[in-house]
Amino acid sequence: MKELIIIAIGAALVNNVVLSQFLGLCPFLGVSKKIDTAAGMGGAIIFVITISSAITSLIYTFVLEKTGLTYLKTIVFILVIAALVQFVEMFLKKTMPALYQSLGVYLPLITTNCAVLGIAITNVQKEYNLLESIVNGFATAIGFTIAIVILAGLREKMEYNDVPESFQGMPIVLITSGLMAIAFFGFSGLI
Amino acid sequence: MNNKYMKPLVNGLFKENPTFVLMLGMCPTLAVTTSAMNGLGMGLTTTVVLIMSNLIISLLRNVIPDKVRIPAYIVIIASFVTVVELLLEGFIPALYSALGIYIPLIVVNCIILGRAESFASKNGPIESIFDGIGMGLGFTLGLTSIGMVREILGAGQIFGLQVLPASYEGITIFILAPGAFFVLAALTAVQNKVRNKKGKKAPVSRCGDGCTSCQNTGCTGKIEGEAK
Repeated sequence: MKELIIIAIGAALVNNVVLSQFLGLCPFLGVSKKIDTAAGMGGAIIFVITISSAITSLIYTFVLEKTGLTYLKTIVFILVIAALVQFVEMFLKKTMPALYQSLGVYLPLITTNCAVLGIAITNVQKEYNLLESIVNGFATAIGFTIAIVILAGLREKMEYNDVPESFQGMPIVLITSGLMAIAFFGFSGLI
Repeated sequence: MNNKYMKPLVNGLFKENPTFVLMLGMCPTLAVTTSAMNGLGMGLTTTVVLIMSNLIISLLRNVIPDKVRIPAYIVIIASFVTVVELLLEGFIPALYSALGIYIPLIVVNCIILGRAESFASKNGPIESIFDGIGMGLGFTLGLTSIGMVREILGAGQIFGLQVLPASYEGITIFILAPGAFFVLAALTAVQNKVRNKKGKKAPVSRCGDGCTSCQNTGCTGKIEGEAK
């Protein structure tokens, strides 16, 4: 239990997926203009990463390792993730229309999000078992959601600021992210 | 040199430079540029994958059915990434461990799928190879220059050679994660400045639209497929 908590805190705060590992940077910079869209994206990511961590971990242990084909993990994982996202989309549409309404738009955007594949590969590299993989995936996605919602909050306020012309748009967002990354260094003493 | 081949080459290096103009492939751009050498290594690795996948996709462009083209492209790209990953592990283990998880992540690099969709699937193999070389070298140029700035500020070195006097104390933050954001912000701002002077409108960063340029190659394909 203690180990799981350490994994969770490490993944969500200390080694924040966007701010220190730079995974999932595209949605982080792109879908962070408003707080509610950012939260929607975060919700979709939590959903997909948790499921995909579980499934890729199972496939790795029971299929790839048994058959000695571990070097094929990149190809297998990306296909599994792409199929999974499609499947989740169809499943939600059929069974939970309310949830689909709020997450649906973001789901197709996630397929090529490097965070999803990144977490699947990290789980394998760190030799996490099924439970550890799920915890790691879930906590990482929570970390992503925290970061994107904070950035969206800052950007909403920044709308009214007088930013120098050359820094308008992407540069000021990048600088804000850099300052957030410094702030997240504060967590490094936690574990 | 034939103009038909030179055009995509120059295009990738300057006019549509993937790092500074198109803002594609941001994850590796920020993550591995802690030194100029790592940036160069990552850039060249991506270039190799890009050239090979462009070539194969261009050769197969009339064979792959339109509806399943995105999964087909992803499998082709992932195969080459695996080949390159195994080669790096075998022959350049130092670079392999420095780049780490970002090598398999080349698969989801927006640039590669983007070029497959927008160039290789419409053009012949030779043009596609040149497009791959141009885009790849443009990416390498972007990564290496960011890596150089970070290495000079953070350690006073370029490619591991001491260039600033030994009394210079490196600003460590530039080698750590926040430095990547700051350097890229500064470089983009300089570029905006130059563009504003010329009176051109700054390009709307494609990444800023929810990375639509890269991910939409996937989802537009899917939406089109569904519409049919």
